[in-house]
Amino acid sequence: MIPISHYLILSAVMFTIGCAGVLTRRNAIIIFMCIELMLNSVNLTFVAFSAYLGDSAGQIIVFFVMAVAAAEAAVGLAIVLALFRNKKSVDINDVNILKW
Amino acid sequence: MHHYVGLIVLFPLIGLIVNGLFGRHIRSERVVGWIGSLAVGIPFLVAAAILYGMLGSPVEERSNTVTLFTWIAAGSFQVNAAYQVDQLSILMTLIVTGVGFLIHVYSIGYMHGDRGFWRFFTYLNLFIFAMLNLVLADNYVLMFLGWEGVGLCSYLLIGFWYEKKFAGTSITWTGDAANKAFWVNRIGDFAFMLGMFLIFREFGSLTFSTVMDSASSLAPGNSTMFWITLLLFIGATGKSAQIPLFVWLPDAMAGPTPVSALIHAATMVTAGVYMVARNSLLYALAPDTMMIVAVIGALTAIVAASIGLAQNDIKKVLAYSTVSQLGYMFLALGVGAFTAGIFHVMTHAFFKACLFLGSGSVIHAMHEEQDIRKMGGLAPVMPKTYYTFLISSFAIAGFPPLSGFFSKDEILWSAFSQGSVLLWAVGALAALMTAFYMFRMVTLTFLGTPRWAKDKHPHESPPTMTIPLIVLAFLAVTGGFLGIPAALGGGNALHHWLHPVFERALDRLPTAHEYSHMTEYLFMLVSVVIGVSGFWFGRKIYLANPDADDTFAAKAGGVFRTLSRKYYIDEGYMRGIVNPLVATSDRFLSRVVDTALIDGFVNGLAKVTASFSGVLRLVQTGVVQSYASMIVVGLLLVLGLILLG
Repeated sequence: MIPISHYLILSAVMFTIGCAGVLTRRNAIIIFMCIELMLNSVNLTFVAFSAYLGDSAGQIIVFFVMAVAAAEAAVGLAIVLALFRNKKSVDINDVNILKW
Repeated sequence: MHHYVGLIVLFPLIGLIVNGLFGRHIRSERVVGWIGSLAVGIPFLVAAAILYGMLGSPVEERSNTVTLFTWIAAGSFQVNAAYQVDQLSILMTLIVTGVGFLIHVYSIGYMHGDRGFWRFFTYLNLFIFAMLNLVLADNYVLMFLGWEGVGLCSYLLIGFWYEKKFAGTSITWTGDAANKAFWVNRIGDFAFMLGMFLIFREFGSLTFSTVMDSASSLAPGNSTMFWITLLLFIGATGKSAQIPLFVWLPDAMAGPTPVSALIHAATMVTAGVYMVARNSLLYALAPDTMMIVAVIGALTAIVAASIGLAQNDIKKVLAYSTVSQLGYMFLALGVGAFTAGIFHVMTHAFFKACLFLGSGSVIHAMHEEQDIRKMGGLAPVMPKTYYTFLISSFAIAGFPPLSGFFSKDEILWSAFSQGSVLLWAVGALAALMTAFYMFRMVTLTFLGTPRWAKDKHPHESPPTMTIPLIVLAFLAVTGGFLGIPAALGGGNALHHWLHPVFERALDRLPTAHEYSHMTEYLFMLVSVVIGVSGFWFGRKIYLANPDADDTFAAKAGGVFRTLSRKYYIDEGYMRGIVNPLVATSDRFLSRVVDTALIDGFVNGLAKVTASFSGVLRLVQTGVVQSYASMIVVGLLLVLGLILLG
């Protein structure tokens, strides 16, 4: 039996990597993937606690998160696609036109 | 009957709304004109019915209040839209609606073909509506609403032909004259408001009956009463064109002539007289103010009458005559002869309205010529206008038994018996001047040889104009019979009728000396002699030589010029008050206070804020990722605090 702390450490590492990616990268797709990474690190935490506490509620919430993430992926990728069609680029520095 | 008083006010309101909203689209002048006229004529019938009801009821039941709705309620302070129907207000209502109706009918003829025909009748109805609120109100606030309303209508109607030029002291357009009237009235209105505030502080109410009931327990000579009455009187000097605020009225002649007749002669300018009469009890409690009122009235009467001697504009003569006659009314009020004042309001409304409408008829016939030096010989051309004008001139000059004789003589007699010989002498001298300038005007306008240009074709006015003239001339003849003095064997019906209204005030005034009828006859004889000699000289001098003014100017140039330039009062006001005010406003208030101080402060505040935000806005980069970084840093800080703390 792998102790719960391992799961949590792995989850924390994944979340930090995802967060750093969101804050530092300029490529929209990579930022997008980093958000997915953050979501999945949370999923991992839920599942780990669910197994550890013997409570299925955590796993059910994970399904909700996955459903939302899928929807978000669909919309997000569509936006990126539309952006690329217009700008021939997915660099977010090219779409800061609302900035003063 | 008095329950129907609401109808009196309702009809002008309906007329105003109908003509105001739809008048533009009504093609027929007749329809517009008769809607406007009936909106005043029907209230006259209602008021007459109410009067009939009052005549049939005992004296104690003649004064009633009809409350329509609560207008303002704030804590214990309450103002109702309520009308007080009593002997005084019904009389004023009859004058306003009666003379008003005749002038409306006259206007149908006079304003024929004017671009703003419907606008004119809308304003006239608005005026009647406001004036009726003024005279019927049972409290100061509603009266003030009417007071301001008539002032507004006066402004709108003086400037009715706003594209027309009008010459006066620093006045070039009719609009300037309208502004002048409005501004001068503001001074008076401001004093009226201060008076109202004082009344509220003193009595805690603004309803006439409550104020009068509380005041009746006070002793005469109270200093608060002095200020209240003085402030109200200053209000009256504005509206009723008394010294020192009379200067607007002669320039108000820029308006169409029916307006001069209705607003600036018969009704609105008597509002001040009515207001003082309505507050007669308060005035009786302030003998010092009474003295001021009497002196100002006498001074106004003589100053205006003397200016009238040397004016050449037919309407200007009448305007100064109006100011002078209003002076008589205040003289009467000031010596405590309230009935005599109101009596003169009534007779003056008849003969002065007739004179103004007659002058309008002349101006109409002469194609907008107003200079009497360029008239003459109009009597055979327009006989109806001439005879009505002549009758009214006799009335104003005080020929017995015409109306002006009774009212003016009662005033002069009261000035002597209740005031002093000096007040009587001033009034009598003004009466002489009145008779003289009236017949100077009649002679120059209607008699002698024609002096008008060959291309002018004067003609008698249409019946809509002459019928009101005839009716008013008839009233100018008979109106005085309401107040035949006891010395002439009359009952002085008006005196008895109004007595309950002034009863409490008269109780507080010192009783007049008793003089024998012989003395009274003597004074009447003097009045008649004065009137006749004014008539005789005015007619004789100007019939013999229409250019007699030039002779006077040559012989007594200084005096004549002073009179014809109105004692340089307008120039003095311009130099002493208006120009310094404008200069102060321009150089100090505008440039220093407004531009430098106020604008400087506001702009400075904006600049300080802008410079701070110039630094602070650098934080907001607009880059989402930097915001997210802030959130993460903040989160970490909070987490750290929780974990370490």
